[in-house]
Amino acid sequence: MSSSTPSSSAGGVGSADSAAPRRNSKRPKYSKFTQQELPACKPILTPRWVISAFMLVSIVFIPIGVVSLFASRDVVEIIDRYETACVPDGYKNDKVTFIQSNLTKQCNRTLTVKKRMKKPIYVYYQLDNFYQNHRRYVKSRSDSQLKENSSWDDVSSCKPEDMSKDQPIVPCGLIAWSLFNDTYNFSLNDQQLAVNKKGISWKSDRDSKFGKDVFPQNFQNGSLKGGATLNLSIPLSEQEDLIVWMRTAALPTFRKLYGKIEQDLQPNDQIHVTLDNNYNTYSFNGKKKLVLSTTSWLGGKNDFLGIAYLTVGGLCFFLALSFTVVYLVKPRRLGDPSYLSWNRNPGGH
Amino acid sequence: MIPISIKVSLDLVKSLYAKFIDWDAEMIDYETGIPSHATNTAISEDLGQVEYIMTDKTGTLTENRMIFRRCCISGVFYGNESGDALKDMKLLNAVAGGSPDVVQFLTVMAICNTVVPIKSKTGAISYKAQSQDEDALVNAAAQLHMVYANKNANILEIRFNGSVIKYEVLEILEFTSDRKRMSVVVKDCQTGKIVLLSKGADEAILPYAFVGQQTRTFIEAVEQYAQLGLRTLCLACRELREDEYQEWSLMFKEASSTLVDREWRIAEACQRLEHDFEVLGVTAIEDRLQDGVPETIETLRKAGINFWMLTGDKQNTAIQIALSCNFISPEPKGQLLLIDGKTEDEVCRSLERVLLTMRITSSEPKDVAFVVDGWALEIALKHYRKAFTELAILSRTAICCRVTPSQKAQLVELLKSCDYRTLAIGDGGNDVRMIQQADIGVGISGREGLQAARAADYSIGKFRFLKRLILVHGRYSYNRTAFLSQYSFYKSLVICFIQIFFSFISGVSGTSLFNSVSLMAYNVFYTSVPVLVSVLDKDLSEGTIMQHPQILFYCQAGRLLNPSTFAGWFGRSLFHAIVVFVISIHAYAYEKSEMEELSMVALSGCIWLQAFVVALETNSFTILQHLAIWGNLVAFYVINWIFSAIPASGMYTIMFRLCRQPSYWITMSLIVAAGMGPVLALKYFRYTYRPSKINTLQQAERMGGPILTLGNIEPHPRPMEKEVVSPLQISQPKNRNPVYEPLLSDSPNSSRRSLGSGAPFDFFQSQSRLSSSYSRNCKDN
Repeated sequence: MSSSTPSSSAGGVGSADSAAPRRNSKRPKYSKFTQQELPACKPILTPRWVISAFMLVSIVFIPIGVVSLFASRDVVEIIDRYETACVPDGYKNDKVTFIQSNLTKQCNRTLTVKKRMKKPIYVYYQLDNFYQNHRRYVKSRSDSQLKENSSWDDVSSCKPEDMSKDQPIVPCGLIAWSLFNDTYNFSLNDQQLAVNKKGISWKSDRDSKFGKDVFPQNFQNGSLKGGATLNLSIPLSEQEDLIVWMRTAALPTFRKLYGKIEQDLQPNDQIHVTLDNNYNTYSFNGKKKLVLSTTSWLGGKNDFLGIAYLTVGGLCFFLALSFTVVYLVKPRRLGDPSYLSWNRNPGGH
Repeated sequence: MIPISIKVSLDLVKSLYAKFIDWDAEMIDYETGIPSHATNTAISEDLGQVEYIMTDKTGTLTENRMIFRRCCISGVFYGNESGDALKDMKLLNAVAGGSPDVVQFLTVMAICNTVVPIKSKTGAISYKAQSQDEDALVNAAAQLHMVYANKNANILEIRFNGSVIKYEVLEILEFTSDRKRMSVVVKDCQTGKIVLLSKGADEAILPYAFVGQQTRTFIEAVEQYAQLGLRTLCLACRELREDEYQEWSLMFKEASSTLVDREWRIAEACQRLEHDFEVLGVTAIEDRLQDGVPETIETLRKAGINFWMLTGDKQNTAIQIALSCNFISPEPKGQLLLIDGKTEDEVCRSLERVLLTMRITSSEPKDVAFVVDGWALEIALKHYRKAFTELAILSRTAICCRVTPSQKAQLVELLKSCDYRTLAIGDGGNDVRMIQQADIGVGISGREGLQAARAADYSIGKFRFLKRLILVHGRYSYNRTAFLSQYSFYKSLVICFIQIFFSFISGVSGTSLFNSVSLMAYNVFYTSVPVLVSVLDKDLSEGTIMQHPQILFYCQAGRLLNPSTFAGWFGRSLFHAIVVFVISIHAYAYEKSEMEELSMVALSGCIWLQAFVVALETNSFTILQHLAIWGNLVAFYVINWIFSAIPASGMYTIMFRLCRQPSYWITMSLIVAAGMGPVLALKYFRYTYRPSKINTLQQAERMGGPILTLGNIEPHPRPMEKEVVSPLQISQPKNRNPVYEPLLSDSPNSSRRSLGSGAPFDFFQSQSRLSSSYSRNCKDN
């Protein structure tokens, strides 16, 4: 902005002989910007303006809140917490030993559909108290290794899961190492309920973050066993469970997509779930939940937005109302000169 | 934690403040075409916090353009009716008639000086003079047909009414501030008579008149002229006998060649010759006040700024000028207290008396000023510094006369040591030390060269621009900087708080919620551009500020940037961080709690809030502000879309995904409403029910309320602005300042009483008594 106006400071004061032309060149060029006289709109907070702003917000927010709340309520959700229930009675006090033993981990759960669920029904697993956002955890991955075969040995950022038996691990790092490995099989009325595990990850991740020519290698070979193993013959770009898992969650409670059921479920349907309870959340008191949920235009079941909108809208309405009342009860003329007494002498130190 | 961006943005806007001063078309001196200039770009906001202004007199308050106005020759007053002796027919007739008194008077005017005439090729004569007074006298004599035509070695040539008179200069007794007079000894080449011609201050001439001469009319003339604020000089002559001159000449030569105490010896020698004068008359030279000086001083004093006048001039001239430019008020309202004395005891007593009066009257709404001269000041500063400091704090106005440049600097230092923000303004080389000592130095690029202007932080063409410099530029700069620096802290704190909150849900491991690109761009692009255009923000229009200069108090007292306002911004940043964080993690919970997405939701929530915070705090929206605030919001999305389109970046596709989700936009408007609602409500409540003076004036200004028409300062015309005014116009009486005029009718008594009530002695007598002993004291020490 300053380039449009000539600098007035440059002209030398020394040369006295060419007084007339210098005078003109030193005189600043008049423009509204240089004179700080750009036309300006100067709004002030008049009662009418403020009250109508609050009124407008409440008028807009309350309907949105109602709609959001309905959208959230329309979502049917079945949540089944199973991490304690799936531990045999004898091991209730020593769950970690159980999960680390070679005993069979299979467990049967029954879910009852309360309301009609329209396809697609999303199957999530939810982990609580799992800090996928921990600094060391988040950093422990190698994006270049996941993407390109050529940098298969780029494992510098993956500590402590970078090398196993002096060979680089692919995919390396704590995130991949701790891949979730519970599996769910659903059956309805003794019929297998197909779970579509294709397309559960982001397309952009499959296409450009995980390489088509990168194959797992030396994975879960270490002394300390983590989570799931990977099929060594399938490229990473098709290992969708891994891709989903590698999108780290920002909060310690999170859900990750397990698959989709492409079938409507009717009320009172009994779904039998046969699950392999492999994943060790017992050592850090984590909870595991199986979630079946439909979706709405606003996403999954989450009342927060609706309630927050109703609260904010209500508060704005209340503020608008009380400002109006105060304004009517105690009108105050703006810019009244009586407030402008300079009685307290400004110079009186 | 101090954001780096604050430093960069502050430097940027400060240089723009300085540019606004340079560009200001209302601060161009149209007589010389010199615009104002800010040499120091770093202290514009200090201008808005000035508490004390130390001003020089000659050339700063006055134009330093001396014009011969009146004279009194052997008891006859010339120029009293028309205000210009050169147009007085009485005087012109006397000149034409060759009245011997007048001719003698004009001769002294023409040759009792150190002026060198220069003849140009066209025959016109111009004069080179060291002193503006001598220049005025010689020019006036030339206009009265006594033309000082040529100087050839020691021979002076004077043309009067067609005849040429030649004088031989025998001796020049130079002007010293102790003797307060200068003399020449000349020999008339025709008659061979040797004459001593003298001119000097009244107290240096009149007491030495020959016994029997009536000096009453001259004393009256001097007093009358001084009341008008004119500079007076008494002219005198004495015919010397040949032998008297020869005898004295030897002594003078000896004195001139001594090595020890030469100045003292020369002064003594001069004293020997300069007595028994035949007083010829009194000249009155006008040094006009600059345009708009009284209004400027009145406005700035109303703004709570204290004025001190530090001048090398004599006491009564300084007081007259002070009276005529609203510096001090005349009797009923104002009171002048005099500190004087030539010994420590006297100064101490006088200081204590003044201090006592000051303490008593400080509760009354009275303008009390003290007057101190250089000698008393020297003693006061040396021995009674504490008492003098107390006096300085109590007094809003002071006149210090006969002070040296180093004393000027000492006074500035004294006020600075009391934690006052001082501004020194001057025009000449003798003001440079004071200008450099003060927090802010302002130089007037006037007749005495550019020394002061070069040394100063700001140079302006005329004193009256000071008003605009302080009230408009200083105030705006302060307000803008106050907003900008607090806002910079606010925006950085918002991000910091969110990171801190996030660390509590990430196992206190220190994970950054925001990616590195966002963190970098946040301070550089997203939040700095909107706030930079706050350099165009004007809370009140310039006219309103000029009408209510008291509003400057908010700047002086630092009402807009202090711990409590800072706490307000701190609280706001905490609140906004909570709003953004809580809403983001709840709206993006469970299956949506993806790290990159949540990070962008929180970041865009911050950006939206910032835009509305800037919008709410902006008082005047120009097109540039709209462009910066809303354009910046658009730019935020554009930049993030670009980053989201790069496959290698961490946030690949994130922003596109978010923008397609209705829940994202719903979350954004929730953040804005929840974040801004309480802020707006609080601001509205304060604005309407607990308005500050600024708010009240804003309301009045926008709604055209009655305040603005009350107008406690009449709009002052600026006649000098559009065209260059020729010197002739100045002499027209209608051009006189309205404030200047009443003093003419003001009887001499009124101002004398004002002196007397505080310090009960006759001012002029004590002055002359003092002056004679003053020089002696100087020698003794």
